[in-house]
Amino acid sequence: TMHIIVCVKQVPEVVDADLRITRDGGGVFTEDLEFDINEWDAFAVEAAVQLKEARGDRVTAVTLGDDDDESVLRHALAMGADAAVRIDREEFEGSDPLGIARGLHAAVKDLEPDLILTGAQSSDAGWGQAGVLLAGLMGLPYASLVVDFEVKGKTIVAQRELEANTLERVELSMPCALTIQTGIHKPRYVSIMGIKKVRRIDIDLLEAGDLGLEGLIGADASAVAHRRLSLPETGGQAEFLEGSLDEICTRAAQIIREKGGLA
Amino acid sequence: MEEILVIAEHREGSLRDVTFELLGFALGLAAKENFSVTAVVPGLAAEKIETLKTVCDTILHCDDQRFANYNASDYLAALSALVAERKPRLVVAGHTSQGMDLAPALALAAGLPLITDCLDFGWGEEGAVASRQPYAGKINSHLTLRPADTYMISLRPGTFEAETNSGKSATIETFKAPGESAPGRRFIEYLAAEVEDIDIADADILVSIGRGIGKPENIPLAEEFAKAVGGTLSCSRPVADNQWLPKTRQVGTSGKTVRPKIYIALGISGAFQHQAGMKNADTIIAVNTDPAAPIFSVAHYGIVGDILEVLPALTEKFTSP
Ligand SMILES: Cc1cc2nc3c(=O)[nH]c(=O)nc-3n(C[C@H](O)[C@H](O)[C@H](O)COP(=O)(O)OP(=O)(O)OC[C@H]3O[C@@H](n4cnc5c(N)ncnc54)[C@H](O)[C@@H]3O)c2cc1C
Ligand SMILES: Nc1ncnc2c1ncn2[C@@H]1O[C@H](COP(=O)(O)O)[C@@H](O)[C@H]1O
Repeated sequence: TMHIIVCVKQVPEVVDADLRITRDGGGVFTEDLEFDINEWDAFAVEAAVQLKEARGDRVTAVTLGDDDDESVLRHALAMGADAAVRIDREEFEGSDPLGIARGLHAAVKDLEPDLILTGAQSSDAGWGQAGVLLAGLMGLPYASLVVDFEVKGKTIVAQRELEANTLERVELSMPCALTIQTGIHKPRYVSIMGIKKVRRIDIDLLEAGDLGLEGLIGADASAVAHRRLSLPETGGQAEFLEGSLDEICTRAAQIIREKGGLA
Repeated sequence: MEEILVIAEHREGSLRDVTFELLGFALGLAAKENFSVTAVVPGLAAEKIETLKTVCDTILHCDDQRFANYNASDYLAALSALVAERKPRLVVAGHTSQGMDLAPALALAAGLPLITDCLDFGWGEEGAVASRQPYAGKINSHLTLRPADTYMISLRPGTFEAETNSGKSATIETFKAPGESAPGRRFIEYLAAEVEDIDIADADILVSIGRGIGKPENIPLAEEFAKAVGGTLSCSRPVADNQWLPKTRQVGTSGKTVRPKIYIALGISGAFQHQAGMKNADTIIAVNTDPAAPIFSVAHYGIVGDILEVLPALTEKFTSP
């Protein structure tokens, strides 16, 4: 059987939210946002847990975050992960994806993984880097944007998603790392009961200080010196239809008839 | 002269369009900074690189068969050797399936600071600056980078105009592939798209649903509307991921590119991967509860509202006499 590591990140849900920028212009107010497991990571956990169910593999979920982010590990445990590790974020404040990957690497390297799964990207930062960087730091072969894979003896045959409905099949020797794209297998639902059942499982805590990463992580080691955020202009050229629901729909129907040649 | 190195992309024997977008960006920056532009093309036949001659100063070419199909191990070995040797000021890749695979590994191997999914990059008073749009396109982020001799970026596809002739006539240099093929990863084959139920690219009117539809039980509301206007149902990625509609109905970079007369986006936030597949529709109407949804930035008409209310009311405008 294999030891599978799956990296999971807690992210704010932003699609429906009113985002506000902090006064110094460098951050987003997250206090009133809902948090959840990064969408891509939920697919990665599902893929790991399905292997466990089919083959008896062992699954360890790893996150780099603070206390509150342990809920993402509980989520992974409730989905079926066996163990969980949290690397404390404190010393990582201001890290770029390489800093994060260094933290994940320090935690993962001694766990003798056969397979490392991450998400293809985190929905908040959207870098799409940490998984491939982790593979690089581990010195492992990897494939990104994986939408299907199969274990075949000592190799993994993975399908990578390319553009325009095209896929490619690649073969990797194990141990190896995959970054998972959404759609691979639908992540199972996690109920409050499910979370309750795993609440007593111990979470291993690692402090950056113990990982030997001085000078390699945090704001000073980041590629980014300074960050200034702003809210994009919304709406662009769009003409917004206003009025009562009936008025809006009358106008919309008129546009559709006209532009669609239905008149 | 200092150099911008652009990693050209090709697939199944032809240069990909994004290559010319990357060159469009690089030529603009090079003109400003007085740099030269070099396109690195591993693996394409010599006659297939002709079209690059007018859009860069140098073509670095190697037609070794091992590069014919993108392969992380071999590309990484070859490109990190090139970067170490040439020490360009900037390395540019696409934020594409190839760039997402290669860029972090190359940056790590070559020790370059990397900014992925950039909308722009250049040098200002404070030094190197990059802009991005994180948080699903709802935040603009303007980054000032720490000083470095060489930077690497991946550019968001569809951001820069493709340059197909800037009047240059590039010199061609060849580079050697590394001796041994790197072990670890092997390309096997391409897999074609699944068999179509219908081709959404043929439709005049697309009624396109996103995660905002909520649950599969709500899809008939969109179906009835589509029927009433003689349209076809399409969707964003999560709807296909959830198998609420077949994958062949997905619009976007990893799905289909469509150009209907009317595209009606219902509960779709408008991620750039989605926009890339539909922004050239003649008329775009978007319905979304979130006035800040990025879809409104490409829409011609916007309705801020709940699709579950708008759909039945709008359908009625076509069904009641
Ligand atoms: C490599 C790669 C390739 C990708 N390729 C594609 C692709 O080809 N196509 C694609 O679509 N995506 C693609 N994606 C995914 C993309 O990044 C987004 O995650 C996706 O497009 C989001 O889909 P959505 O807008 O339906 O969902 P969300 O982003 O969750 O947005 C849902 C929207 O619905 C609105 N809403 C909610 N309820 C209602 C309601 N009742 N009435 C009205 N509005 C409502 C919300 O305000 C929100 O704006 C790709 C991602 C990656 C990394
Ligand atoms: N703080 C973190 N903790 C655990 N995993 C992470 C963290 N940040 C990123 N990852 C993993 O790396 C992937 C890519 O993230 P990113 O490079 O930020 O887009 C995510 O989908 C996660 O699997």
